[in-house]
Amino acid sequence: MKAITAKVQPEPKKPASRFWPKFLQQKYLYMMAVPFVLWAFVFNYLPLWGWTMAFQKYKPGKSFFEQKWVGLQYFRELFQDEQFFNALRNTLAMSLMGLLAGFIIPIVFAVLLNELRQIFLKRFVQTVSYLPHFVSWVVAAGIITKMLSTDNGAVNDLLMSLHLISEPIQFMAKGNLFWGIVTASDVWKETGWNTIIYLAAISGIGPELYEAARVDGASRLQQVRNITLPGIRTTVIILLIMSIGHLISIGFEKQFLLGNNLVRDYSQTLDLYALNYGLGLGRFSFGTAINIFNSVVSVFLLFVANGIFKKITKESII
Amino acid sequence: MLSKKLAAASWSDRIFDLVVYAAITVVTIATLYPFLNVLAISFNDSTDSIKGGITVYPRVFTVKNYETIFAYSGLMTGLKISILRTIIGTILGLVSASMLAFTLSRVDFQARRFVSTFLALTMYVSGGLIPVYILIKNLHMMGTFSVYVLPGLVSAFNVFVIRSFIDGLPYALQESAKLDGANDFTIYWRVILPLTKPALATIALFLAVGQWNAWFDTYLYNGSKDGLTTLQFELMKVIQSTTTNADNFRGRNMTEVMAQISPESVKMAITIVVTVPILVVYPFLQRYFVKGMTLGSVKS
Repeated sequence: MKAITAKVQPEPKKPASRFWPKFLQQKYLYMMAVPFVLWAFVFNYLPLWGWTMAFQKYKPGKSFFEQKWVGLQYFRELFQDEQFFNALRNTLAMSLMGLLAGFIIPIVFAVLLNELRQIFLKRFVQTVSYLPHFVSWVVAAGIITKMLSTDNGAVNDLLMSLHLISEPIQFMAKGNLFWGIVTASDVWKETGWNTIIYLAAISGIGPELYEAARVDGASRLQQVRNITLPGIRTTVIILLIMSIGHLISIGFEKQFLLGNNLVRDYSQTLDLYALNYGLGLGRFSFGTAINIFNSVVSVFLLFVANGIFKKITKESII
Repeated sequence: MLSKKLAAASWSDRIFDLVVYAAITVVTIATLYPFLNVLAISFNDSTDSIKGGITVYPRVFTVKNYETIFAYSGLMTGLKISILRTIIGTILGLVSASMLAFTLSRVDFQARRFVSTFLALTMYVSGGLIPVYILIKNLHMMGTFSVYVLPGLVSAFNVFVIRSFIDGLPYALQESAKLDGANDFTIYWRVILPLTKPALATIALFLAVGQWNAWFDTYLYNGSKDGLTTLQFELMKVIQSTTTNADNFRGRNMTEVMAQISPESVKMAITIVVTVPILVVYPFLQRYFVKGMTLGSVKS
């Protein structure tokens, strides 16, 4: 016993005595890392401290210790507010629709692009498809509103000339269309961009597989079904799980810019609700409670998704 | 037997090809048409535009819409602030991300594990809108230019993308520089940075686009500061002015909002001004960001 402790004892001391010489030796590395770590601390970690606001009757200007603690009062208020459930419903609906569409369509588009044999055409289509990703949501919302407008909007014009409708549809004034409009806008804006990863995965598939299939007389469709799609399976699963983790935090930018008073019952997300009823009305504590609810659900979903992922692939992404 | 099989395959393949090309054509038109339409309207006489029917070329060509918006002072300051925040934000973002990435790529760096975990966590935790707002307020950053560049300065994602690129460089380069008497900072500056250019170009594009496109920080912190509003914010004001959402202009009455309504063609001209810088840049950087995206995805 004694022999062992004697052996072990000098161990804890060693790192301490080594730390400072090495610290001096690596002073430039520290100088390059520490300022930015402090930065991240201030702007990413300090706001977490602000979560205490949700449990206080926060009054701006007072110090932390002068605030009045109210416990879960604001959470109770939250769960009694009809608007909250409305916002939760909208958030879940739009994120689920976005998840489904934003997930399937890029895969289909990647497969289609991969089947184009003219390299020039492929590159042209790809370059065009990235374009909407690079414009802001402000620009996109302006363009989309223009395209959907009743006076000479391209969509109404097209539908009219095809005689599918007899008079223009007021797209932006119909609440029940709003979720679809947001989802379609997202697809328009991000499909090309989200395709990049799938295209990379597809190009990683060995060409000898396709050759072998061709020799066996497989049609192009069969090649897609039996080689391309299984070949990107892992990529697909990883991306799916990752997007589930972000399911509830869809933000508010699109909804803020595309929405209006007429469709508010369908456009208000949790974040927008926090913005309007927390910040807009100066109810900081209440708004923070919404933020906390949002984060907790996000983390919960991430763990659930990761759990499922682990079961399927025996790997963890967190 | 074999030839029959091939013939059958080629028949279905032809249909397959047809479907592929049809779908690709539809997608391309659906993506491109809105932009061309906006461009055409922006160059069309505004009273003529009201009649409608403009597709991808102007009917009555004019540059008057552009003259109108450039005569409006809000747009010029907006342009100035937008350019400024894009340049400063991009440079500071590149410096922070590349420096952190370099230290994290050094396996011998003592604080590596701590710094790495500390940064990775920032991707998952966030205080949310209101705590950040209060923080900015308490730091007296409201109504200053700094809210455009400081809060988002350190991005863990960017750090990890650059880092995985540095990891791909041979460590022998750093060792030989060390033997030549270079310190860690010199190695970063003279050895690593020049070799990391492709990754830096990708990140620079992301940062620049992010800065150029941001509008919400202006709305939140600087909306009432005339000299500090950005181009995107000005565009948002103009576009929102014609939607039914009058209460976005908190406190203003309906007549004021109505007075702000500008002709469609003028709106489209602003949209084009806001979009053009990106249109010019991104095709040239495409090669890089495709690589960068795939790199980042593998890492995360």
